[in-house]
Amino acid sequence: MDAVEGESKYYSTQGMPKKEEGSSVGIKVLFFARARDLTGLSDVRLEVPFGSTASDCLKELAVRFPGLEEIRQCIVLALNEEYASESTVIKENDELAIIPPISGG
Amino acid sequence: MDSGGADAARILSEIKGLKATKSDIEAKISALEAQLKDLNCRNDAVSSNGSCPLATSLDSGLGHGLSPEMIHRYSRQLLLPSFGVQAQSNLLKSSILVVGAGGLGSPALLYLAACGVGRLGIVDNDEVELNNMHRQIIHTEAYIGRLKVESAAAACRAINSTVQIVEHKEALRTSNALEILSKYDVVVDATDNAPGRYMISDCCVVLGKPLVSGAALGLEGQLSVYNYNGGPCYRCLFPTPPPTTACQRCSDSGVLGVVPGIIGCLQALEAIKIASAVGEPLVGRMLLFDALSGRIRIVKIRGRSLHCEVCGENATFTRQQFQEFDYEKFTQSPLSASAPPKLNLLSGDSRISSKDYNERLKNGEVHILVDVRPEHHFRIVSLPNSLNIPLSTLEKRLAEISSALREAEGQRDASLYVICRRGNDSQRAVNYLHDIGFTSAKDIIGGLESWARDVDPSFPTY
Repeated sequence: MDAVEGESKYYSTQGMPKKEEGSSVGIKVLFFARARDLTGLSDVRLEVPFGSTASDCLKELAVRFPGLEEIRQCIVLALNEEYASESTVIKENDELAIIPPISGG
Repeated sequence: MDSGGADAARILSEIKGLKATKSDIEAKISALEAQLKDLNCRNDAVSSNGSCPLATSLDSGLGHGLSPEMIHRYSRQLLLPSFGVQAQSNLLKSSILVVGAGGLGSPALLYLAACGVGRLGIVDNDEVELNNMHRQIIHTEAYIGRLKVESAAAACRAINSTVQIVEHKEALRTSNALEILSKYDVVVDATDNAPGRYMISDCCVVLGKPLVSGAALGLEGQLSVYNYNGGPCYRCLFPTPPPTTACQRCSDSGVLGVVPGIIGCLQALEAIKIASAVGEPLVGRMLLFDALSGRIRIVKIRGRSLHCEVCGENATFTRQQFQEFDYEKFTQSPLSASAPPKLNLLSGDSRISSKDYNERLKNGEVHILVDVRPEHHFRIVSLPNSLNIPLSTLEKRLAEISSALREAEGQRDASLYVICRRGNDSQRAVNYLHDIGFTSAKDIIGGLESWARDVDPSFPTY
């Protein structure tokens, strides 16, 4: 049932300049549920310094979207659809999903 | 014309009466059928696990416990090589509890009844309302105002009279959850509120039951299987409950009916897989459904947390602790998701009832009425001559209030009233307006809901 989607423009790594240490990495952040309401976006591109962790990305996002503070303590993170702890180091073109719980039904 | 109107009213009232009688009779028939089945079941007295269908079919001599009627009824499932007689037989011996007969529970219950679960329990204490019908497809108009459990049970029995349907006409609480959940093999969380989700998950951990958890709001849904095959529980994932501002209700934020429908169907599927022991349950993974963009993503989630307060290595969460745990306090939100608690931010002289406001309106009082609901609410319905300034934009749009007041004033001072849907946001707005100098601002107590209740019953509510 694992669904696949065709967002090749975000995934294609061919032709991307190779990133050097000291430069930044660009990732795509996906917002779900309440995170979507708070940012007004379903996804956003984020540039963070090389070697940044998922936690660093969250800090950067909190600066750009202060409203996200509301759900900071109750989100699940997924990096490229895999479980990620906040100390996971981010790579170029990673996809970081911010998933707060939904309770409606 | 008048007599035509009276005729129509008489016919309508007769139809209403007949419909009520009809649904009463239907409920009675299905209850009697269930009673008869129980009776036959007891007479056969060979049931090994309380599951009647198996009992009646043991003599079929076919070696798998399915009667000829069952073989016919479930033939399309029996024909599936990866499901077949063994899985069907497992299913018929299993029991599944669905907590909540709402948007998620409706399709889940219909499919679980249809597919041949041995015993199917339903917990709910709500009544069917008109504004449920767009998503809670198990209920019919004839059941509006009656218990959802009765309505759902009748629908399940109508689909499959061979399934034992158990009606739990009560809200699930820490006081009754252990007893109710312990009677089932698989639990389906189809509730609509945060405290309920923690309570059901904790109870499943205490009892060692697999939990199929689904949620839906707006145009999004989530699904996962907790506390099964060494996977995480709900608390492993969300040890800290979301703040109340992040716990949105369908009654506030809205929900497209088919969205919980899809998640509820997937819950039925996961419950069937677990109960029949086929396939790979959604353990350690979460399905995220995004209706608007037409995407389903499945992300891997963390495994069981060793530090989880309920299921962790050193956790000692006992039955007694469960029963004493205050889930409403823990999540700061009520176990029933119908309406938010009423705020009381203002002193009495800063508030006015909808009836009093109506009096002042009739007396021609010069005033400005600011409606602080979001714009898409205002577009559904609003009071005449009200000025829509959503609470979130109030700070930026004060000039509009000032200029409206100036325009209205003439010689006298114009009053300033604030209204919203239920009377909470209007208090927040008045509080703010007082702080920045609009000291005469008054809140209309209970909002448009009180207007509809106390002044104009024909005013639409939503």
